[in-house]
Amino acid sequence: MSASPRSRSWTIWLPLALFLAFIALVAIGLFRPADRNVASTLIERPLPEFVLPGSLPGTPGLRSAELKDGRPRLLNIFASWCIPCRVEAPQLAELKRSGAIVEGISVRDRPEAVQAFLAEHGNPFTRIGADNAGSVQLALGSSGVPETYVIDGRGRIRYQHIGEIRPEHVAMLLGKLEAAR
Amino acid sequence: MTAELGLAALWLAAALALLQLMAGALALTARGSALGGIVRPVAVVQGLLALIAFVALICLFAVTDLSVKLVALNSHSMKPLVFKIAGAWGNHEGSMLLWVTVMGLAGGIVALVERRLPERTMLATLAGQAFVSLGFYAFLLIASNPFERLDPAPLEGNGLNPLLQDLGLAFHPPTLYLGYVGLSIAFSFAIGALVTREVGPAFARAMRPWVLGAWIFLTLGITAGSYWAYYELGWGGWWFWDPVENASLMPWLAATALLHSAGVLAARNALRAWTVMLGVVAFSMSMVGTFLVRSGILTSVHAFAVDPERGSFILALLAINIGGALTLFGLRASTVTEGERFAVVSREGALVINNVLLCAILGIVLFGTLYPLVAEAMGAKVSVGPPYFNPMGALFFVPMLLVLAVGPLLRWRRDSVERFGKRLLIPALVTGFAAVAALVVGGIALLPFLGLVLGLGLAVASVLPLRDRNLRRTPLPIWGMVLAHFGVAVALLGMASESAWSVERLVALRAGESTSVGPWRVRLADVEPVAGPNWTALEGKLEVRYGGGAEQVLRPQARSFWTPPQQTSESALLTRWNGQLYAVLGEQASGDRWQVRLWWKPFVTLIWLGGILIALGGVLAVIGHVASDLRRIVARGKIAYRRERQGR
Amino acid sequence: MNRSLSTPLSSSVAETLWHRAQVSRRRSTRTGLGACLLAFLVLALFAFPVVAQEMESTAPYAYRQLDEAAKEAKAQSLMQTLRCLQCQGQSIADSDAPIAGSMRSLVRERIAAGEEPEAIRAWLIERYGDYVSYAPRVTGLTWPLFALPLVLVALAAFLLRHRFRRGERP
Repeated sequence: MSASPRSRSWTIWLPLALFLAFIALVAIGLFRPADRNVASTLIERPLPEFVLPGSLPGTPGLRSAELKDGRPRLLNIFASWCIPCRVEAPQLAELKRSGAIVEGISVRDRPEAVQAFLAEHGNPFTRIGADNAGSVQLALGSSGVPETYVIDGRGRIRYQHIGEIRPEHVAMLLGKLEAAR
Repeated sequence: MTAELGLAALWLAAALALLQLMAGALALTARGSALGGIVRPVAVVQGLLALIAFVALICLFAVTDLSVKLVALNSHSMKPLVFKIAGAWGNHEGSMLLWVTVMGLAGGIVALVERRLPERTMLATLAGQAFVSLGFYAFLLIASNPFERLDPAPLEGNGLNPLLQDLGLAFHPPTLYLGYVGLSIAFSFAIGALVTREVGPAFARAMRPWVLGAWIFLTLGITAGSYWAYYELGWGGWWFWDPVENASLMPWLAATALLHSAGVLAARNALRAWTVMLGVVAFSMSMVGTFLVRSGILTSVHAFAVDPERGSFILALLAINIGGALTLFGLRASTVTEGERFAVVSREGALVINNVLLCAILGIVLFGTLYPLVAEAMGAKVSVGPPYFNPMGALFFVPMLLVLAVGPLLRWRRDSVERFGKRLLIPALVTGFAAVAALVVGGIALLPFLGLVLGLGLAVASVLPLRDRNLRRTPLPIWGMVLAHFGVAVALLGMASESAWSVERLVALRAGESTSVGPWRVRLADVEPVAGPNWTALEGKLEVRYGGGAEQVLRPQARSFWTPPQQTSESALLTRWNGQLYAVLGEQASGDRWQVRLWWKPFVTLIWLGGILIALGGVLAVIGHVASDLRRIVARGKIAYRRERQGR
Repeated sequence: MNRSLSTPLSSSVAETLWHRAQVSRRRSTRTGLGACLLAFLVLALFAFPVVAQEMESTAPYAYRQLDEAAKEAKAQSLMQTLRCLQCQGQSIADSDAPIAGSMRSLVRERIAAGEEPEAIRAWLIERYGDYVSYAPRVTGLTWPLFALPLVLVALAAFLLRHRFRRGERP
C-alpha cells in the first residue's frame, strides 16, 4: 500500500496555497501599479561635490560649492535634444519670474546645440554647467532628462521632480522652495 | 463581409464550446448519459469553426481590409505579403484568436482519435477542454474582438512594427502558442483523470504525445526567440533572464518534468498524483507566462503593448482554471495512490530526482521573476538578474546534469551502483581530462568551467545507452532520448564556450581603417546608403579575414523604417564551424569615423544547434510512441480476431 | 525610391521617437488606442539608437574599451550586472540608451582609476537604490530569495523521504 493519505494531507493543498499567494501578489501589482520612475535616494542629503565647465563658450561653469550661499534654488537637468525640456521651458521662465533661482546642468550636449536651444526657448538659468559625460547626472541620482531638484541654502537636496514641469507643478515647486528656505 | 463571417464563426464556436461543456458534464451524471454521444462531434465542429474565424482574419490581413480596426492598426498596404499574413497574429487580438483556434483544433483531434481512455474520462477531459476554451472565447468576444470595424476606414494602416518584420519573429510567437496549447490538452487530460479518478498508464500514454508535441514547440520557440534576441538586439547577448524570457522558460521546465514523469507512469504505473500535479502546473505556467507578458506587470526588454485591463482578464481566467484545478487536485489526490514503489538507485529514482531538480529550477526562476513584485508590494524596488539566476540555477542544474548522465543507464525498479558504475568510467575520464585541460588553459570563471567540463562528460554519457544495443532494433523513443540528452550537452558547451572565450571590440573606424577581433582582421571598406521595400539604411561594408584565410564581406546596417518610423540596427553575422563573427554598425562618431562593434564568439552556434537537437529528439520520441500505439491497436485487433477464430 | 540619405533620419522623426520614449517612460495615462498604436512590441526601447545617432555620445568611454584587457574585462562583467535606468529591462552593457552610455563611461573610468567593481556598484546603489543592480544584496527585504534554495531542498527531502525509505525494502 502507499503512504497513508493523512500524512500527505497538507502537502496536497500546498500547490493551491502557493497559487493563491501568487494571485494575491500579482493582483496587488496589477491594481496598484508601482511608480516606474527611478527616484534619487539622495533626498535630504547634501549635494554631491562637482565642478562643471560652462555650457556656452565664455560663460561661468557650475560648482556645487556655489550652491550653498544660503538661498534655496532649483537645479534643472536638461538637454537640447530632449523634447519634454522644450515643453517645460515656459514653466521654468514663469518660475524665474516668480523669483526662483534656476541653475542648469546640460547633459550629453554640445555648445552650439545648447545655444540654439536657449535662443529658441529662452534662458531662465543663472549658470549652466556642461555635464557632457553625464557623470554629474549619475552622481545626483538622476535617471533621465528633464529633472528638477530643489536645493536648500545649505546645499542639501530637498526634493526631486521627475519629468517635465507642467503648469500645474509651478505652485508646488515654489512651495518646495519656500519650505527649503 | 469576411469580418462578419469570422465573427459569426467565432460566436458559434463559443456556443458550441458551451454545449460541449454542458453535455460533457451532464453525461457524467446518471441521468444525462444519453448526451455523451454528441460531445465528440461538437468538439470537432467547434475546432473547425474557430479555424474558419482564423482564416477569415488572415484573409482580411492578406487583402489589407482597412475597414477592420485591427488591420488598420497593425498593417500597411506597402508590406511584403508574408508579413501581412504574419501580421494577423502579430498583435494581441489575433494572437488570442490563434490560441483558441489551435486549442479548438487540438480538442477536435483528441475527440476524433483518442479511444484508449474510459469513455467517462474522455467526456470529463473534453468538458474540461471546453471550459478552458470558453474562457478564451469570452476574452476574445467581450474584451478583444479582432473583427471590429472602423467607420470611416482610414486611407492607410499604421504598419507592423519593423522588429516583427522578420521571418524568425513572425513564426516565433505561434510556435510558443502551439506549445502552450498542447499543454492545455495535457491539462484537460489531468482534469478528466482527476474527475473520474482514472490515473494510470493509459492516461499517461494518452497525454504523452501532446506533452511531447507541446514540449517540441516550446523548445523550438525558446531556441528561436533566443537567436532572434541575439541578432536583433545588437549586443550579442542570447539570454538576459528577462521576465518575458523566463515566462517562456517556465512552461518548458514544467513540461520537461511532466514528460519524464509521464514516462514513469506509462511504463511503471508510478508517480500518479505527481504526474497529474505536473499536468496542472505545466499549463498554469503557460498561463502565468501569458499573463506576465501581456499585463506588463514586470518591466521587460521585450516590451509588449501591455494593457492592465487585459491583464486582469487573463488573471481572472488563470484564477478560475488553475485555482479550480488545484482545488480539484486537493479534493481528489488523496484518493489517488502514488502507485508502484521503487528504490533510489533505479531508473524511476533518477527520474524522480531529476523531476524534483527541474521543479526546483522552476521554483527559482518563478520566484526570482516575481520577487520584484513582492518588493514593490512592500514599497521597495529591487532587480533580480543574471547574478542571481545563474548561480542559483546552477545549484540545481549541476546535480541535474549528473543524474541526467546516470539515469538512462539505470534499470527500472532497482539497480546496483557496482553494475552501472563501470559504464560511467569513460564519461568520468572525459570529464576529468576536460577539467585538467581547462585548468591548464586557465582564466575561465567557475560557471563556464563547469559547463565545459560537465558538457563534455554528458555528451559522452548521453550516447552510452546505445552501447550493447542492436541499433537497428533500438526503439525510436530511445534514439529520441539519446539525441535530446546529447542536445543538452551541445547547448551547454555552446553557452560555456561563449561566456568563456568571447572577444569584444568596440572601435571608431574611418573608411579604409582596420582592426582585429580574436583571430579576425576586419577592415571598414565603406559606409553607403541602401534601400529596401519599406526601409532605407546605412550599410557598412566590412572586409573580414579569419587568420590568413580568404576575404569575406559583412554588411551590418543601421536601418530606418517609415511605417511606423523607427530605426533598428541589423547586425551581420558570419558563421564558421568554430563560431560566429558578429558585427554591428553603430552611430557616426566624431569626424568621419563610424562606431563599429565586433564580437568573435567561439562555438556560440552550438547553443541553438543544441536546442534543435533537443527538439529533434522529441520528434523521434513522438513518432516512436505514436507508431507503437498504432501497432498495439493493430495487435490487439489481431488477438481479438484470433480468439474469435479459436472460439469457433 | 529616395536613395540620397544625408542624415540617418530626419530630425523630426528622431524627435518623435525620443518623445515617444519619454512618454512611455513616464507611464503616461494614455491607454487604449495609444497602447495599440505602439503595436505588439513597443518601440520605445529600440528607439534609442536614433537618439544616440542624433546626438553623438559625449561620454568618453561609452563606446570605447579600456586599453588594459584585464580592466576592461572587470568593467564588462560589472556592466552586465547594472541596470540601464531608462530602458529598465536591459543591462547597461546591452543598451544604446544615452544614459547607459554615461553609466558605462563612469564604470570604465572608475575601474581605470583603480576602483573596485563592488565599490562602484555601492556608489550607484547609494544614488538609485537597489533597483540599479541586477545582483540583489542579502537584506531584510531580499533574504527570501536566498533562503529559497534551502526551502526547496527541505521540501524535496520531505516529499521524497516517504517514497524512498519504503521503496528500498525489497
